[in-house]
Amino acid sequence: MIELHIILLFMIVAAFLAIEMRGLLSSVIALGAVGMGLVLQFLLLRAPDLAIVQLVVEILILIILIRATVKLDRPSESRLRENWAYLFCVLLFGGVFLFFGYRALTGLPVFGDPAMRVSSYYIENALEGTGAANIVSAILLDFRAYDTLGEVTILFTSIVGAIAVLRKIGRKK
Amino acid sequence: MSLYFMALVLFCIGVYGLVVKKNLIKKIIGLVIIENAVNLFLILTGFRTGGEAPILERGMEAVPEHFVDPLPQAMILTSIVIGLGVIALLVAISVRIYEKYGTFDVTKITELKG
Repeated sequence: MIELHIILLFMIVAAFLAIEMRGLLSSVIALGAVGMGLVLQFLLLRAPDLAIVQLVVEILILIILIRATVKLDRPSESRLRENWAYLFCVLLFGGVFLFFGYRALTGLPVFGDPAMRVSSYYIENALEGTGAANIVSAILLDFRAYDTLGEVTILFTSIVGAIAVLRKIGRKK
Repeated sequence: MSLYFMALVLFCIGVYGLVVKKNLIKKIIGLVIIENAVNLFLILTGFRTGGEAPILERGMEAVPEHFVDPLPQAMILTSIVIGLGVIALLVAISVRIYEKYGTFDVTKITELKG
């Protein structure tokens, strides 16, 4: 799976650029590169539904972030004093995190051979149980419909919160 | 294994952006990178070499060994949409802070308070 490695490396480079670039608009565009790399990864990992949803969501996030930055962008960020102690702290914490993360990863099932205890039931019973040919939508809308209900509740609440924060009328001066 | 580790590196870059950067939009970008890394990691754990996408076609038998794991895919679909709602709320609060203080910089926001 060499192409997965290549796209993941591209995503890491784009993520680093998105964090480190000076202009906010350039950062947002680099973030779009990360998201599009993720879409390609989902396609290669045999998850077409996820690729479609990620494409739409990534474009919406770009629109929201560009709307927030394009008018308000002012390069007035106070720079951190980047000396050796700063660099040492970043490398130390990153190294410790990656070391223990690597130790934890060795306990997982190997890549390419998942332990499908619950999902095998879903795959075997999707067609006669729900009538849906797409097993992902069968899980999403039938086997685990309460999760989807919770998702819709969260989405509704967050949008109500955003509208309440951004409203123009009835706001105290 | 190396793919898992590279997803962890991507997560680490996102944490770096969230913790170190002072600009609110940079912090939000770090959060989006963390989300992407976690979603990618969970999908990677569900991949089966040579498996098909979990969509049944006519004449295909529903044998679990022929498909990639559909359960993480369904849950990540939920997580992606929730991420969009979270980002919308965060950006709304950031724009409101900018209207009040005239900057995205966290240190200057605390100086102007009171």
